[in-house]
Formats: sequence, C-alpha cells, structure tokens
Amino acid sequence: MTALPPVEDIKAQIEAGIPGAVVTVVPNGSPSGQHSLLLDHEHARAVAIFLRDHAELRLDFCSLMTGVDWLDTEASEKVKVKKMVAAADGTEQEQEVEEVRKTKHPGYLEAVYHLFSMEKKHGPVILRMRTANRTDGTHLPSLTPVWRSAEFQEREAFDLYGILFDGHPDLRRILMWDGFVDFPMRRDYVPPADDILVTEAHR
Amino acid sequence: MSAAIDLDPIGIGEGEIMEISMGPHHPSTHGVFRMDVRLEGEKVVRLKPVFGYLHRNHEKIAEHGAYLSAIPYTDRLDYLCSMTNNWGYVLAVEKLAGIPVPERAEFIRVIVAELTRFQNHAGLVGFLLQDMGASGTPLMYAFREREKVLDLFESLSGARMMCNYMRFGGVRVDCTAAWLDEVRRLLPALPRFVDEFENLLRANEILMARTQGTGVLPRDLAINAGVTGPMLRASGVNYDLRKVDGYGVYSRFDFRVPLGDHGDVYDRYMMRILEMRESVKILEQALRDIPEGPIMDPKTRLRGLRPKVGEAYGRIESPKGELGFFLISDGTTNPYRYRVRPPSMINLTILEDMCLGENIADVVITLGSVDIVLGEVDR
Repeated sequence: MTALPPVEDIKAQIEAGIPGAVVTVVPNGSPSGQHSLLLDHEHARAVAIFLRDHAELRLDFCSLMTGVDWLDTEASEKVKVKKMVAAADGTEQEQEVEEVRKTKHPGYLEAVYHLFSMEKKHGPVILRMRTANRTDGTHLPSLTPVWRSAEFQEREAFDLYGILFDGHPDLRRILMWDGFVDFPMRRDYVPPADDILVTEAHR
Repeated sequence: MSAAIDLDPIGIGEGEIMEISMGPHHPSTHGVFRMDVRLEGEKVVRLKPVFGYLHRNHEKIAEHGAYLSAIPYTDRLDYLCSMTNNWGYVLAVEKLAGIPVPERAEFIRVIVAELTRFQNHAGLVGFLLQDMGASGTPLMYAFREREKVLDLFESLSGARMMCNYMRFGGVRVDCTAAWLDEVRRLLPALPRFVDEFENLLRANEILMARTQGTGVLPRDLAINAGVTGPMLRASGVNYDLRKVDGYGVYSRFDFRVPLGDHGDVYDRYMMRILEMRESVKILEQALRDIPEGPIMDPKTRLRGLRPKVGEAYGRIESPKGELGFFLISDGTTNPYRYRVRPPSMINLTILEDMCLGENIADVVITLGSVDIVLGEVDR
C-alpha cells in the first residue's frame, strides 16, 4: 500500500496537468481527515481522466458517488449605518443607527465522488462538484464515461436529488417510478399525504 | 412492406426480436427484481435491470433519526448479513467522531463477521445451484449449516437475522466463555460441510458445462465498473479490504485471498467455496487469540452523540463486496447526510455486459452469481 500525497499536492498536480482547471480544497473538520477537492464544471471530466490515468495516483476505482443537498442559507449581521434622523425639535440630525443586514447564500446540490486505486491500493481522493442553484441550474457533467461505476449511482442522484448529469448514457429514474415528479431526498421535500393513492401504471 | 425490421412495437409477426419481462416475481430473481430482456431467438441482445420495488428511502429515514437509531435499521439492508451491515455503519461513525474500539470488541466483531460471511456464501452457492436446476437439495444442505450459525447469533444477540449487535465504540453485549466454546465446537463442522458440498458438485459435468465460460466479466471492466467482493476477485483482481485497509484487527490474521482466472460463473462459484475455507481459518485464529477486557469504549456517548462538523467514509469487506457508509455531520445529533454504498446494486451495473450474447437460461445463473439482496439494492 503506497501512501497518498496530501490533498494540496494533488491539487497542484491537477493544476499543472490540466491548464485552466480551477480546483479548490474543501477542508474537513472531522477526525477522519478526509479533505476533498472542488472541481469546476468545465474541466471536471478532464481532471477525472487525468486522475484515473495518472501514473502514480492511478485512481481507477470510483467507489462511491452521491448527491448532497445544501439549502439556501441566510446570514444576518448587525451593521452600524449613519442616517438622518428627525430629532425632537423637528430638525434632522445625523445619527449612527444599528441595522440588521441579511445576506442570502443560494443553496446548491453537490455531487461527491470517492476515488480509490485498486492498482496502488490507496485512497480516498474525494471530488466534489456543485450546481449553480437548486432550481433551474442543476446541471453537472457526468463522470460515467470515465468510471462505469457511477452509472447507477448518478441515476440515483438524479432520481432522488434532481441533479442532471450531462453526458450520462441513460439518465432515467432508478428507484422511484417513471411518473414520479418530485425529488424525495431533498431536504425540503414534503411527502404526500398517506391517503393519496398513486394508481399510475408502472412502466 | 418495408424491408427493415421495426423493433418498436416489438416485432410480433417478424419472429425475430422478442421482449420479455423477467420478474418482478420470478423464482430466479431472489426477490422483487425485474429484467427487461430483448431476445433474438434465445440470445440476449439487450437487458435492462429494473428495481426499486422495495425502495423505502432508507437514507432519508436514517437522516431523520439519531446516530444510534440507524443501527437496527442497517440490519434491514442486506438482511442475510446484518452483522456486517452493523459493522460498516459503526466503522463510519467511529471515523467521523474519532472513537476508539477496545480489542475484545474488535475480536468479537471479526468472529461474527466471518460467521456471517460463511453463512452468506453457503446460502449463495445453494441458491446458485438451485438456479441451475439442482432443485432443493444443495440449498437445504446449505441452509442446514446456516441454521447453526443463526443459532449462535440468536444466543449472542437475541435475534437470528436482525441482530442489531454492534455499537460505535464496541459491541452491545459481551459474549460468554460458553458461547465461544459453542463456536469452537461448531468450527470443525464448517469445513466438513464445504468438503461434502464440493465432493458432490465440484467435478459435476452439468455444473461445469453450465458455468464455465458463462457470464464472463473481464478484469478491466470489473475495475472500471466498481465491481467489488468475490465477483471482482473472480476476475483476478487482488483487492480485499480486509487486506487493503486492514480495518479492525484483520491485519493480525493469516489468511489468503482467493483469486479467479476467467471471471466466469464457475470462478465466482469457486470464490465463495474458497472464501468459506479462509473464513474458517480466520475464525480459528480469532478464537485462539481473543483477549479479555472491556467491550465498549467508556467515553463514548451512545445516546446524543454529536460528532464535530465534518464528514467520513468508512468501508468494510462485506460478503457481497465493499459496503461503505458516507456520513456528513452538521454538529447535531442527526447525520446531515447518510449514504450507503450498496455493493450488490453497483455490482448489477455490468449485468447487461455479462449477459449480452448469452442464452436466456444463462441470464438466470449469471444473476445468481452476482449475489444480490434486494433489501440492499432498493434501500
């Protein structure tokens, strides 16, 4: 079993090997110490092929592929602002007033890939990709052409999270039936009431 | 009349292509599993697995509960191997929260996991032969052996199949010396069963004719498709997590990893037979070396465990392949994300590749050699 280089070195190797690729290290605070690499959509497949065929890394085995849903978050902070305030005698004076300013961070769907090497017997190297938002921009490049093992798991991420994988050979629902409309693994999914019976035929 | 054969609607009248739906209630599918098969004569030209009939959104239910409350639920994934499912999950939680495990607990885990592997493989070869037409007898021989192992699980954990036995930081109850003696007494019977089974069937002409060269899975495709477990090793890839990761105390035991040559159904069948023998070897060593001591890490809080914000992926070699659990913690008592890597579902990815060009009858035994359990495939 050969030791895997630290995640920063892998990032440097990717950026040297694929010009233009934007790779960000996502740190992990857990004792497991499994940090991950965030890829940009444009170069994701090239990076995946690079990692798979790299002579030392040889990440030939994509063990786990999964989706994660991160909801919209709202951060509020108190800021002091100077404002003209009407004083008691009718004139306006400049005063410092505290205001709560809210900033919205749009949520996103995330695809996580855990890579190992069967040849070198090391791992994991964790890749992540994030969609633009949770509504209309849920496209991500599919890595099934690089690792066949992602085929059913990407279908599952599409089925349960609604991530659309561009370039997937057969993107259909896998666990839910074809007529199903919502994505049940999303954090804000509301299940239908029990008395609604779905009578549609199972194609 | 046009000369081209119109495939859709399926060529009734042309007599060329026939589409049949095998399952979901079919004796060979080991549960509710369907295959959309297109046949040209008896030859398979397309095969699409269809599943999800047992889907209950296991992952969502686990995300709604505390870390502890997911353990009994993992029993229901691969309901033949509840002990290894428990282990996969508690290993991931232990990685996530940095929990140490006492030595005695690690040995008990190895003992129950290898017993699980033995009974799973015994059941699998029984079912596989049943699929080949050896109706009943081999399966009952295998189940006779499985019963003995389930009796042991019952006296240890109180349940035969849904054991709910492991906890992060150890195991739920200690095993008594009498229980260990009971396992020691059973041990010589296990290789005798394998011998008996092999003597009856190893050189059987029908078995050879049906399985050799059937459902071949090439080595490179197996790696790329993420196939794991005995199926991967039947294709000649030396990758056993008990050796690679050496999780638990596996690195202390002396055992071999059997490897196949051709990656056909026969190799996959033999892989199970050989792994049963290796499991017995590990059991002998574990029963010899098991130390006295505590079975739970005293500092771990089972109820209300709140791991630090972060994530962890823990994986073990379950009898079906690499069983992994991916957990994301947001600092609360529930996992933010709980994901199972189901080995039998991922092993199904290449079912079509193995079956193309084969006879329809061979689809049944090729599927049988994959070793699927629908509780795990559908989750």
